[in-house]
Parts: sequence; structure tokens; C-alpha cells
Amino acid sequence: MFEAKIWKLGDDIDTDIILPTEYLAFDTVEKMKPYAFSPLRQDLAGMIKPGDMIVAGNNFGCGSSREQAPEVVKALGVSCIVAKSFARIFFRNAINNGLLLIEQPDLYDNVKEGEVAKVEPGKEIIVNGKSYEIANLPENLMEILDAGGLVKAMRKRNGLD
Amino acid sequence: MGMTMAEKIIAAAAGVESCKAGDIETVTIDKLMSNDGTTHLTIDMYNNLKNPHIADTSKLVWIIDHNIPADSPKTAASHKKMRDFAKEHGITFYEGEGVCHQVMMEKHVRPGELIFGADSHTCAYGALGAFGTGVGCTDYLYGMVTGTSWLLVPETIRFNLHGKLNKGVYARDLILTIIGRISANGANYKAMEFAGEGLHELSIADRISICNLCVEAGAKTALMEVDDVALEYLEAHGRQPKALYKSDEDAVFSEVFDIDLSEIQPIVAKPHFVDNVVPAKECEGVKIDEAFLGSCNNGRIEDLRVGAQVIKGKHVADKVRFLVVPASRDVYKQALEEGLLDIFMEAGAMVMNPNCSVCWGACQGVIGEGETLISTGTRNFKGRAGHKDSFVYLASAATVTASAIRGCITVAEDL
Repeated sequence: MFEAKIWKLGDDIDTDIILPTEYLAFDTVEKMKPYAFSPLRQDLAGMIKPGDMIVAGNNFGCGSSREQAPEVVKALGVSCIVAKSFARIFFRNAINNGLLLIEQPDLYDNVKEGEVAKVEPGKEIIVNGKSYEIANLPENLMEILDAGGLVKAMRKRNGLD
Repeated sequence: MGMTMAEKIIAAAAGVESCKAGDIETVTIDKLMSNDGTTHLTIDMYNNLKNPHIADTSKLVWIIDHNIPADSPKTAASHKKMRDFAKEHGITFYEGEGVCHQVMMEKHVRPGELIFGADSHTCAYGALGAFGTGVGCTDYLYGMVTGTSWLLVPETIRFNLHGKLNKGVYARDLILTIIGRISANGANYKAMEFAGEGLHELSIADRISICNLCVEAGAKTALMEVDDVALEYLEAHGRQPKALYKSDEDAVFSEVFDIDLSEIQPIVAKPHFVDNVVPAKECEGVKIDEAFLGSCNNGRIEDLRVGAQVIKGKHVADKVRFLVVPASRDVYKQALEEGLLDIFMEAGAMVMNPNCSVCWGACQGVIGEGETLISTGTRNFKGRAGHKDSFVYLASAATVTASAIRGCITVAEDL
């Protein structure tokens, strides 16, 4: 269970918005951080604090397979993204980087930016006293997420960590 | 119960007799393509593994296409890392050969294969009956090291194509129409399968253009039945199928669409979403600053022929830049031989080396604040082609070229 402040984005938040092409060549994700979401909201990356969450509409992460997109969101310290739906490549990439994604159909339409949510993974999200049910991810994905990403899960499975 | 084409390819790759949508299967991957968009990240992760090794080097194909030739010391360093690693490990490697998906179609893809590409438009390979799917660099690394991955077997949306496209209407117009109809996430997690007698009327170039753009509807992969046209293409490029699959009569589809190709009209996708489509005529008169003919979607010889025919004897409008970028070295040479590049250059176009160009907004021809691009590229997201406050319209080679001539969005037949 954790508490998180909500940042609200819309439908079809694409990978060029999450991290524009011109910043992909930076050699560290730290350098990319200030530019996350910049085409949409230039100041957003600077306002997101570690532990905050993003709530969005349909098709979050559509577009490119660039893994810098979930990496930069993770690097900002975002605890989870709750959306009506996620684009599939982004979904895999986020899990592979240990970034928690939650599909929830109703939360987006009922919360405001700045509100605080209580999140209990696999069970519910509570905002303003109202509970929104959430499902668990399949077991193989939870294993990856719990390890902190696919590479770490591989190492763990192979007894390297 | 019958199986879809996607289910058959995954079952074969998983070594099981059958599977159905919703199953999770561990598959052996036939080929793994990666380009300079993210390969440097894959190499960094690989080098951080305790006992790094490659399951089967012969399955890897690495292609520098996004930023070639390098446009900064940063990309030069990233290319060097990729080039050195590829040479050291004996990985099939191309640079300057063309846009990755076009090179894959010309030289590697075989029907029945399951191919991972560290690029979202890998779904293009369905034009030859292969299951191509885009992955990030971590999934790529896992495939490279283990030779395997896990896949959720997708549901399939089936599109039965009937009739023929009218003159002046292209595959690009068809797929934009379809994406507009089902929306940008209408096929999320799903396979889009194309069949019907209308399919046989389409060239391989048309088919690649259609399959390539399916990810813009969210699709995991796109698949087309392999017919004589596809087999002839394969033979001309010196390859044989791995296996030929088609969906069973009693396969289960999540949705079925019947599409009459003769009803398709020239289409434009307006900023900033690929499913924001309207008849091209509704956009006529919108002023443009740049036009782009190229990309893995529409940079083939067939597209250049269309563009050259439209612009022959005419000239690019004042203050407009027109970029023509053949999708591969083979396409470039063919266009040279046919005199198409002469036609473009005499008309005032800039003919560039094969690469991803402005389609991905980092290499060349990026647009500035407030500018408008009309493009045969793959995406029109906000900021995709340069400044965050710029505008991208997507259209066919004919519409893009006609617009370059007029300086505003124009349907070719209205020139």
C-alpha cells in the first residue's frame, strides 16, 4: 500500500510526448528527465516528485518502441501509471523496466490532478473515499516487476543476484 | 477448433500443436532485427550481464538507418559502438543500405517466421506472411541472449478486401481509412489479418505499406496470406518460405470487416494523431513548408514512380522544401536507372540517401516552430518531425508530391 499524488494526462499520450526524439541520444536517463512530457507540458517533469503517480485515459504509450520512454518515467520516480488502457509495446517495456502499470476504466473520469490516491496493488485504489477495483498482473509479469525489471529477474532466476 | 494465422505461427514457434488467443507461450524467435534507435542501450545492458552470450548470432540483423550518416558526435559514437560490436560478434550488419524494414523485406523476411524487431513498425513483415512484432531493447536483449521470449497469443481482427483501388487511390489511403475506422487503439494487443480477393490485386509495396502502419492502430502484428505475388517477390529476392500458413475456415476472429477497395478515397491524417483522418479534399489549401516522400511506409520504387509521374515537368513551390528519400540502396539505384531522380531534382526536390529522415524527427529535414509538413512517414504525433509546435499531415505519395508543387495540400488529380 502506498500513497501517491496524481498528475493527470489525457488519451493517446504517445512516446514522442513522453520523450521527444531529439533527446533520445543523451547517454544517461538523468539527462533526459527534464524533457519528459515536454511537448505537452513543458514544466511537468520538474514538478513530478518521487512517489507521485500518473493517471491517464486510453492508449497510454502508443507509438515507438523506444525504451527510453518508460525509463524516463521510472527515473522521475513515478510510482505507477493508472490508465484506461496501455499500448502494448509500452506495456512490455514498462514492466521490463520495473515500472508498475495498472489498467482501471473509471479512475480517470473521477479524479482531479493534485488529489492523493491510496494504492493497494492487486486490490484497489482509493481516492476521496471511493474505491476503484484493480486486478493483479499475471504471475510471470509480477515476477519481473518484483525483481525490478526483466534483466534483474533473469539474473535472479539464474542465481546471479 | 480452427486456428488463425497468428495462432499457427506462434504454435510452431512454441513447439506446440495448437494455441489460442489469450494463451501465453514461450517462443523461439527466428530473427531479431535492431537499429541505431536503441541498439546502443542493448549493448550497454548486454555488457552488464555477468555471463553475456548470444544464443544464435546468425539470427541477429543490425541496421543503422535512423541517423545515417551520423549528424552529431553523439550519434557517431553510438554507431561506432554498434558497428564494433556487430563486427566483433559476427552479426549481420548494414549501414547505408536502407531503412531497416525495407532492408529486412528485401533480404531476410520469410513467410512463417516469427521476428522480433526493436522498432514498432516491425509489423510490416506480415506483407510476406511473417509474424513481425516490435519490442523494446530489454525484450530484444532477452531474445538475443536466450533465443526465446514470451508472447500473449493475440486475438485477430480480420479484414476481407474486395475489388480494386481506383486510379489515384493508394494503399496508404486504404490503411489510413482503416485506422480512422477502428481508431488508434482499435487493434491494441491484437493481430490485424488481411485476406480476400482484393489482396491479390495489391503489390508487395502496397502490402508493406498496409502492414507497416498497423501498429498505429495498436496492433501487435499484421499478417497477410501468402499468394503468388508474394512467392514471386521471394523468389526474385532469392529466398524460400519457412512455412505457409493461412487461417482455418473455422478460425475465431474477434471482429471481421469487409472492405470494398473501390470505395476508398484519397485520405489525409491531420495533426496530431494517425486516426485523425479526413478525405484529402477537406484539407486542400492548407499551406505547407515541407513535403517528405520516403520512409519504411512509402519510400519504395512504386512510390517514387507515383511521385515522379505527378511532378514531371513541374516545379516545387516557392519557399517549400521537398525531400525525396528512397527507402533502400536498391530502390535508389533503380530510381536512378529509371530516371526518376533526375525528374525530382529538375523539379527542385532534394534527393537524400536512404534513411529514416524527417519521419522520426532527428536526422534531417526537421521542421521549425509553427511549420507544417506533409509526409508519407509513419506518424504525425505532436513534435514528431521537429519543434513541439509544428504540424504533420500524413498522406499518399501522390498527395504529398502534388502538395509540394502547389505549396498547399492538394489531391494529385486536382493539379
